[in-house]
Amino acid sequence: MATAKKASWLIRNHKFFEKHSYILLVGILITVAIGGLIEITPLFYLKNTIEKVEGVRPYTPLELAGQNIYLREGCYVCHSQMIRPLRDEVERYGHYSLAAESMYDHPFQWGSKRTGPDLARVGGKYSDEWHKQHLVDPRSLVPESIMPPYAFLANQPLDFAGIQRDMRTLGIAGVPYTPAMIERAPDDVLAQAGGDLDVEAMKADYAAIAGREGGVLVRDFDGVPGEPSEMDALIAYLQVLGTMVDFSTYEAEDLSNKR
Amino acid sequence: MDYEGWSSFAQTGGTAYFVAIFAVVLVYALWPRNGARFKRAAELPMKEKEHGDDRPLA
Amino acid sequence: MAAETSRTARLDPSSATVGMVLLLVIVLGFAGAASATDAGFAAHSWMFLIAGVVGFAALLGWHESGDKTPTFDKAYYEEGVVKAGIVATMFWGVAGFLVGLVIALQLTWPNFFYFPDFPWTNFGRLRPLHTSAVIFAFGGNALIATSFYVVQRTCRTRLAGGMWPWFVFWGYQLFIAVAATGYLMGITQGKEYAEPEWYADLWLTVVWVAYLGVFLATILRRKEPHIYVANWFYLAFIVTIAMLHIVNNISLPASAVGAKSYSLFSGVQSALIQWWYGHNAVGFFLTAGFLAMMYYFIPKRVERPVWSYRLSIVHFWSLIFIYIWAGPHHLHYTALPQWAQTLGMTFSLMLWMPSWGGMINGLMTLSGAWDKLRTDPVVRMLVVSVAFYGMSTFEGPLMSVREVNALSHYTDWGIGHVHSGALGWVGFVTFGSMYCLTQWVWKRPKLYSNALVEWHFWIATLGIVLYICSMWVSGIMEGLMWRAYNDFGFLEYSFVETVSAKHISYIIRALGGGLFLLGALIMIYNLVRTARGDVPVEDRNRASAAPTLQHAE
Repeated sequence: MATAKKASWLIRNHKFFEKHSYILLVGILITVAIGGLIEITPLFYLKNTIEKVEGVRPYTPLELAGQNIYLREGCYVCHSQMIRPLRDEVERYGHYSLAAESMYDHPFQWGSKRTGPDLARVGGKYSDEWHKQHLVDPRSLVPESIMPPYAFLANQPLDFAGIQRDMRTLGIAGVPYTPAMIERAPDDVLAQAGGDLDVEAMKADYAAIAGREGGVLVRDFDGVPGEPSEMDALIAYLQVLGTMVDFSTYEAEDLSNKR
Repeated sequence: MDYEGWSSFAQTGGTAYFVAIFAVVLVYALWPRNGARFKRAAELPMKEKEHGDDRPLA
Repeated sequence: MAAETSRTARLDPSSATVGMVLLLVIVLGFAGAASATDAGFAAHSWMFLIAGVVGFAALLGWHESGDKTPTFDKAYYEEGVVKAGIVATMFWGVAGFLVGLVIALQLTWPNFFYFPDFPWTNFGRLRPLHTSAVIFAFGGNALIATSFYVVQRTCRTRLAGGMWPWFVFWGYQLFIAVAATGYLMGITQGKEYAEPEWYADLWLTVVWVAYLGVFLATILRRKEPHIYVANWFYLAFIVTIAMLHIVNNISLPASAVGAKSYSLFSGVQSALIQWWYGHNAVGFFLTAGFLAMMYYFIPKRVERPVWSYRLSIVHFWSLIFIYIWAGPHHLHYTALPQWAQTLGMTFSLMLWMPSWGGMINGLMTLSGAWDKLRTDPVVRMLVVSVAFYGMSTFEGPLMSVREVNALSHYTDWGIGHVHSGALGWVGFVTFGSMYCLTQWVWKRPKLYSNALVEWHFWIATLGIVLYICSMWVSGIMEGLMWRAYNDFGFLEYSFVETVSAKHISYIIRALGGGLFLLGALIMIYNLVRTARGDVPVEDRNRASAAPTLQHAE
């Protein structure tokens, strides 16, 4: 008897309960989505007010290929690229990182763990030869190091068949690669890695975006002539890290830099 | 709205939004009339005593 | 002809729609394999193709076998997919723990555990494999299996969707396999805990929508007026993870037939969205979902309702609301605007309240049945998991305070913190639930051996203690060494000195991880013997006690 009564009561109220679970679903969505929206939206208005500073430019094709190797090997799980404005960090690694410095990183590479040291300003700190030896066998230079060996990078020819496609994709995402830069990209890879090609057009194009001269390093990074290797690309990327900003144009006290 | 406007809204609006939701939830949870419903709901896992039973209770 | 018609007549809509999805997978897999621009994408296309063919063949075979009366009978619960979930949980669990042990050993003895000729064995590729295996494979399968069980039992109805729950299960395994092999091949988006590339993300979206559909449809056809609080937590977990996954993975593939994609976001925006995702993956995957387990398995195991249902409601809403704001505490002192950092820190501190409310609710459910802590090691495991939940949710807000974070960030302290949550909370609540589930779905009056559960409990607890203590020591030590100055005002230690100082801690950490793995292996042995229906050790001893005595005469 009781069961039958209960069942009829259920049938009568069924519609309401169906709605009820939707109400729960909608309630959850509103609670989580609005919070996220309110918090994240302001950041998308930040673009215009990112620090007023000169020198930051998109990666050259060779550096971009190097960054992709950096991602592929999971370097970001052990190395941060974000120097905090704390006395010891600034003294150990250099000027604290600015938002503008990662504006062309898709995605950002700030990292979350320093099993190895920060790399935000590793560019220019060591020689190409040091980097190559260190990547091939880290413990030959730093006996206590726990870094994995990356000897295979030296023997692996760099595959840059897709570099124009990559740059076009980044262009859609907002990186200001010009059609000329994309057109010339395969040649620029060879040129920057020390191939016997004209580098002036490349230098001029990237300097135009950077707003200053001399930002593109051109040399045979792995010291082995001929086809560029993955080692060339990775070292080219490491050597440009943190070197772009012209700190003479950065005023920390400028109001628009205080967010 | 510009960046300054959005960021100040995120801070004040976010706090107000939180207080409002929290108040609604507290009222809902502590409303005396809801007590019986909650009691029945809490008993839901207890209904099926036999773990060996793989048929829903009628 | 006649056979054909009857076959068509028997075809149920869920199997037909799953079959169509599998056909689509086969077509896309074939197209991808035929035109891939890189070896990684080609390999993964083949995986999809093979999985589609095997799945379709299995579906046809099942359909032809005729052994499906009554098909998806609503008079019965769907327990097959729960059983499969238990197996998958334990399999991926051991795989994830093992990879974790390997990478712990790599950091301890780099000369022995790195292999220069095999790039795929390097730390950078294995670490995402470890994190994904334990979070998404072990944790995810535990969530799917328990949610499918709990939603049926608390709604008193069979799982909805017929064949679709099986699609969710196998589709999720395929996602794991694609993600894991991708890491080893170096296919990654370069975002922590969101490494799988765009096509794996798309596939997970399909699986996840199916999961949401099955779960929601089951709730809709419930025979109870109320939706039990555990299902609230499961639903919040499923819905929010869908949102986080989609937003964080918005990216532009460089080619429709290539693995590489570029995140639509860059720099600061990319960082905030990533940690909005990363922190809420902790909040909704590793917390809300596992709290659902707590709210079902603890009351069920100790046979008394949850201590305060009112508290569980406040717990639920305040937890999901506050968590969503707390992400920026991962970005203190970075180039993220300061107000966002402060907002993240404030909400992280507030998070302490609902977390401890939930912990108290879980623990107090035992009031009046505290003796079960002594008599039932499974209850003890569940309760200790809640205690670890309380501990790591106390530690978390502490670490989100800017000044503490200045010391703890980038160090092993963070690793210790996540492992007190992952091993202690997520691991133990899953183990406890799996012990319960195995016993229940295989219909055994008791587990094969309570003594082995005791062994598992103590070995794993010792492992956790060794792990988190060693990481506290090494984390705080390296944090202090990084900022130490000598009498002349220079930095006292070079970076590598802080690395070598951690060696002993790393040995202890690897030992702790090894013990945790050992415990899981003991558990698997116990579960297999339980599922097989072997006579429980305790009963056997009692039965054989008398004959042995006689023999001694």
